[in-house]
Amino acid sequence: MKKRKWSIALVALAMLLAACAESSGGSTTTAGGTEGSTTTAAPSEGSTTTAAGSVGATPYENLNAAMAGDYAGTTVEIVAQWAPDGAEAESFDAALQPFRDATGIDVQWNPTVEYETALQVRVDGGNPPDLAQIAQPGKMAQYAAAGSLVNLSDWFNVDQLTQDLCCGFVDMGSVDGSLYGVFWKTDVKSIVWYPIQAFADNGYEPPTTWDEMIALSDQIVADGNGSPWCISIESEAADGWVATDWMEDILLRTAPLETYTAWYNHDIAFNDPAVLHAAELMHQIWFTEGYAYGGSDYINATFIGNTQDPMFDAAGPQCWMQKQAAWIPGFWGENKDFTDPAEWPNQPGEDVGFFYFPPIDEAYGNPVLGGADMFVMFNDRPEVRALLEYLATPESAAPWIERGGFLAANKNVPVESYTYPNDELATMTANATSFGFDASDLMPADVGAGTFWSGMVDWVAANGEGTEAVFQGIEDSWPAG
Amino acid sequence: MAEVVDPQQVVVERRGWTAGRDFLIAVAVFAILWLGLRLLRNPDTFAGMGPLAGKLAQALLALALGIGGIWAVFIVVNTLVEHLPVRVAEFVRPWVFVLPALFVVGVYLVYPAIRTIIQSLTEVPEGEGFLANYIDAFTDPDVQIALRNNVIWLLIAPTASVIIGLAFAALADRVKRESLAKTFVFMPLAISMVGASVIWGFMYAWKIPGQPQVGLVNAVIQGLGGEPIAILQQVPLNTFAMIVIMIWLQVGFAMVILSAAIKGVPVELTEAARIDGASELQNFFKILVPSIRGSIITVFTTIAIAVLKVFDIVFVLTGGNLDTEVIALRMYDEMFRFRNFGQATAMAVILFVAVVPIMIINVRNLRKQGIGS
Repeated sequence: MKKRKWSIALVALAMLLAACAESSGGSTTTAGGTEGSTTTAAPSEGSTTTAAGSVGATPYENLNAAMAGDYAGTTVEIVAQWAPDGAEAESFDAALQPFRDATGIDVQWNPTVEYETALQVRVDGGNPPDLAQIAQPGKMAQYAAAGSLVNLSDWFNVDQLTQDLCCGFVDMGSVDGSLYGVFWKTDVKSIVWYPIQAFADNGYEPPTTWDEMIALSDQIVADGNGSPWCISIESEAADGWVATDWMEDILLRTAPLETYTAWYNHDIAFNDPAVLHAAELMHQIWFTEGYAYGGSDYINATFIGNTQDPMFDAAGPQCWMQKQAAWIPGFWGENKDFTDPAEWPNQPGEDVGFFYFPPIDEAYGNPVLGGADMFVMFNDRPEVRALLEYLATPESAAPWIERGGFLAANKNVPVESYTYPNDELATMTANATSFGFDASDLMPADVGAGTFWSGMVDWVAANGEGTEAVFQGIEDSWPAG
Repeated sequence: MAEVVDPQQVVVERRGWTAGRDFLIAVAVFAILWLGLRLLRNPDTFAGMGPLAGKLAQALLALALGIGGIWAVFIVVNTLVEHLPVRVAEFVRPWVFVLPALFVVGVYLVYPAIRTIIQSLTEVPEGEGFLANYIDAFTDPDVQIALRNNVIWLLIAPTASVIIGLAFAALADRVKRESLAKTFVFMPLAISMVGASVIWGFMYAWKIPGQPQVGLVNAVIQGLGGEPIAILQQVPLNTFAMIVIMIWLQVGFAMVILSAAIKGVPVELTEAARIDGASELQNFFKILVPSIRGSIITVFTTIAIAVLKVFDIVFVLTGGNLDTEVIALRMYDEMFRFRNFGQATAMAVILFVAVVPIMIINVRNLRKQGIGS
């Protein structure tokens, strides 16, 4: 165990050093990236002329100093929501280890339960951690407005970050042009899982357009093969969020990104015609007779981890397609009984694969819907800066990628380093024409975690009747001001 | 010549000496308590013990400090009071016992209550009046549903609990194995609300028609050839299904109190009625029920208060979706999910105002019965 940790650390450190040596040539570190988009060619000329020099430099000032051992012996506290005792917590700790080893800085990482409330309480109490992970840009903006966060724009190499991060994450991490959050990990939601062998046996092809997807759905119904779609939204205190993802994904495909942005900012009404149009398309899949397995009762009464159970029925798939993010494989059929993914009877990529949730209107390209985790800074000390800068480098993702289940917000992480399904997801994200951040996470919680969710549940209970009234109700619930 | 010792003198001296000793003991007790609390608060104290042993040690220390500490403090303070002149001691002693309780109630109940009321009036959107939160509350469709549902709960749950509890108490009074029969009805009371909700969640579980039903209710329906019903997804069936859980939980309580009350009705009374030719039903409604009226009111109001505050059942089973919202859940959502303190505190005050009249009835009734003064 211990040995393994060490080897990971060494590998990662080696990667880091190699990458640094390679990139330090063109990236004009010391000048703070004034030249902007210099090409990363020619490592030959002046590759050792950068400031810190001795070890091989990163594009980040404090990180270089830390690597030179300037802050050895200091302590940085970082908090994140990754469940204590879970694989995610271990993976995150592994990701911090190379930094600890390379700098001698003691990074303390304390998993917390009830994470968001606990963080709020610590900030309210004037005892915030040095760095904290946050998933909602809205929450970040709240902390920034309250003056709790360190403005990173003053010293962070933002140009480098802009080159590295995908998906407009620099903008998402900024408030009024000031950077507060550095995105690190992302989740992509625009994928649909399907049983590979059963598809082949029946001559079904993963659809590449919306029309093909509808045609396939009709085909499955016509073949008497059960229902094309596995859909359900029961999720304890969060019933309905799966439906909001559908709405967002469809809206991204039927309207410009500006409309999407205006929608969650409430610059247009929640029930804008564009949104109602998206609802109509969603209605087609959710409420067409015979499409969704078990109908609206099944959708509302079935826990999201059990949505796809009929896909793994002993008598063959009873439902064929499920739109859900990459966390779902652990819930496939008997997979629930095993903690080690290697033992799963239903392997992602072999037994069940995914296709990209197809585009609808060519004008809006191939968008991707997702969420992402960022780090924000509460206490400004050089060693804290160094860790935040480290988390901006592609190398910081390596240990977790190796352990699986990580998609980096940094687009310069080599695609080859990923395993399935994240390799394909990384490619998909890289090829996306736009990245829509989960809108319900950006709306005020009253709506995004309140009436939007409950409205979707009501809509399903009414079997898709009264669409306009449902969306009008959500619009009316938008908090004033 | 023998020295003459004044006995009075001895007593005084001894008293002075014991007073000093007791005072030192008191100081020591408080010092130990203070150190213990510091030890308890320090996260490092239990760090070296491993997670389970650490938690266990912490819990034991907390129990020892809590129970033993209170006991020690009362003994010590009481001993100190003994040393005061008799008149002063008589005056001070009751306060020694009452003040801590008053302090705790004040800090943990009265102060937050006042703060809540103030906050519900002042935490309003900019440019709006004091009552903005309340106006919002009563015009918001979701809150209106919550208010309506609380009324439905209040109309059905206590009434049904009392009727069933009373019927069971009266009937059980006449069977041989009375205590066994009553034990079964009483048992749900020992289950927490959340536990009961989870159990009933399984009772109401729904699978698509034709598949094996894991929920008892739908298994019976399907077994009899019917179509399974998604009970918790059907409006308004879902609210009534949840009220059933509350009744199931409260019937035991109603039964125990009412059964005791029935046993307290003099046999001569019912015997006399029978001799006068009263039927069993007449006996029940005209003799028994009026005789235990006070107990019935107590039981009814106690259950009514629990019902008004209902939260767990709805939170676990539907999360307030599909027209099942109740005020307490709304308060929780506004507070912890939406962080609208103004709205949340307004909900709390509304709930508080709704409970107060029932409390008054309850207390008055208890006074009439001579419990309390």
